[in-house]
Amino acid sequence: MTLAAGAVTDERVTRTSPARTLLRRPEVGAAVAALAVFIFFSVFTQAFLTPAGVSTWLYSASLFGIMAVAVALLMIGGEFDLSAGAMTGTTGLIVGVITTEWGVNIWLALGIALAVALAIGAANAYIVMKTGLPSFIVTLATFFILQGVNLAVTKLITGTVSIQGMSDVSGFEQVKVFFGSSFPFLGMNVKISIVWWFAVTLVATWVLLRTRAGNWIFAVGGQVTSARQVGLPVMKVKLGLFMTTAGAGWLVGMLQLFDVSTVQATTGIGQEFIYIICAVVGGCLLTGGYGSAVGAALGALIYGMTLQGIVFAQWDNNWLKAFLGVMLLLAVLVNRTVRRQVGIR
Amino acid sequence: MMAQHPASGAASVGGSVVPASAVPPILEVREIGKSYGPFRALHGVSTSVGAGEVLCVLGDNGAGKSTFIKILSGAHRHSEGELLANGTPRSFASPRDALDLGIATVYQDLAVVPLMPVWRNFFLGAELTRGVGPFRRLAVRAMRTITQQQLATMGIDLADVDQPIGTLSGGERQSVAIARAIYFGAKVVILDEPTSSLGVKQAGVVLKYIAQARDRGLGVVFITHNPHHAYLVGDRFLLLKRGTSLGNFTKREITIEEMTRLMAGGAELEALAHEMERAENPERAEHPECEAGLNPDNPRRA
Repeated sequence: MTLAAGAVTDERVTRTSPARTLLRRPEVGAAVAALAVFIFFSVFTQAFLTPAGVSTWLYSASLFGIMAVAVALLMIGGEFDLSAGAMTGTTGLIVGVITTEWGVNIWLALGIALAVALAIGAANAYIVMKTGLPSFIVTLATFFILQGVNLAVTKLITGTVSIQGMSDVSGFEQVKVFFGSSFPFLGMNVKISIVWWFAVTLVATWVLLRTRAGNWIFAVGGQVTSARQVGLPVMKVKLGLFMTTAGAGWLVGMLQLFDVSTVQATTGIGQEFIYIICAVVGGCLLTGGYGSAVGAALGALIYGMTLQGIVFAQWDNNWLKAFLGVMLLLAVLVNRTVRRQVGIR
Repeated sequence: MMAQHPASGAASVGGSVVPASAVPPILEVREIGKSYGPFRALHGVSTSVGAGEVLCVLGDNGAGKSTFIKILSGAHRHSEGELLANGTPRSFASPRDALDLGIATVYQDLAVVPLMPVWRNFFLGAELTRGVGPFRRLAVRAMRTITQQQLATMGIDLADVDQPIGTLSGGERQSVAIARAIYFGAKVVILDEPTSSLGVKQAGVVLKYIAQARDRGLGVVFITHNPHHAYLVGDRFLLLKRGTSLGNFTKREITIEEMTRLMAGGAELEALAHEMERAENPERAEHPECEAGLNPDNPRRA
């Protein structure tokens, strides 16, 4: 193997072309797929390209996109978080329950929910790092705990499985400006969550590619022993990543709560895999050390467009799952080629 | 960055010439040893490495090579003898202490992240940044340029420092690790079996970079079990066997055949050769050169 690889590099004659540099980016596949999905539904459905249609699928994509970007960072850092979906429910429920039932100030409630989310994220990180157990299994446990607690505690306190009367809480309208408002733009009714999605993607990309922390995320996910040998704070990096994912769960929880003024105890359940699929479709390797935030955002865009596109086309909704499976398989096959090219054993 | 030590020129040109006594060697050990509980892993080893000199440490498995590296790199503290850096006795509590004196170790796994670009690997953990506060960002262009330059001075011409380091050949990766150690202030580079997992051609590449590093005035401690590789670049040879020194030779004092014989256990190997000759099919006895096949490498290469 070594000799063969040596022979290839020794005989290189051409400099890297711009096209090859572009193809080396992890998000290229997702960009091509997103374009294809966009053209497909634009041609085959009436509603897809209308301002109302665009704002609908952008909104769908935004909620998944925020989570997918955070999950992508975590995956690049070599970990999974299956509790990310349930977290969006947990945080929404916390704010809903303590404001409507106990009359807690709404801003304080936001802070409490965020603190709880970050603490759960930190606990995930701590258990994973201290025990050396795979994060897949640790966060699967957290996922079930949150799922159970969300339902049981909500029923215990409110007697139902959803929060009512959220819009009557004082200060609701003020908070809604940040999480539930919308504004007109090019004839579209753009929801604020789309702005959050773009901001989160931009910040994540900046962190990944232009800061030391980003370099360290790639390193701890790519080869943790090397990261330790060069003295990187592995524990801190992973802690930050799990807390970021939990924090994103809080953000999405708030965006949902203040958009529809209610939250179900089952919110977010089953979405954790969609975040991971979006990240993988966007070029993240399941083994860590490779991926991009823009790619994950594009993965979510594909998901959002397909979700709404199928509705516009008046197809059976169940095709979405099948489509998702095909996308995932294709993405994994492309990623496998990437690994081969780089010569990872 | 270049040779600051006046002795370096003499040492590298003369090959086996010991640097003038006025300048103490960068790293010297006298009767050094290490015991782990009742087990004496290393005992009574003396040698030195000066600027612009390559010290080869040879030995079979279990000879004490790794214990020797661990003492030099600061991973383990020696329990007997003396360790001198630039003529001053030292006792390293951690690899950091050794690094602070410019003693860098390049381990076999190289501490690189295969999927990351060459330049990011080069600066991993010591990234250059610009700006302050939330706008503190990586000085990408500077790091790319420096990486390219540093590799060029080692004679490595990479088409693109943005390619993942995993796409480089084993020899090139090793060389990047060496260049990195040198850039971050190493005066002595300890290389732990850098050629052991490489093919003939790639090993040649690494040996060339060892020579480059030497010519730039660095001391190199080259740990290997391959006498042919050692003989090509070495100025001095320390032979270890079962935790003790078989001797400390300059290139003039020893031939490659003697070295191979000493390392492999000399008489023991000859006895084994005889035994196997008789055991195998009788026609082999007509080709006495088959004995050479017992050596791990073909001696004709030397």
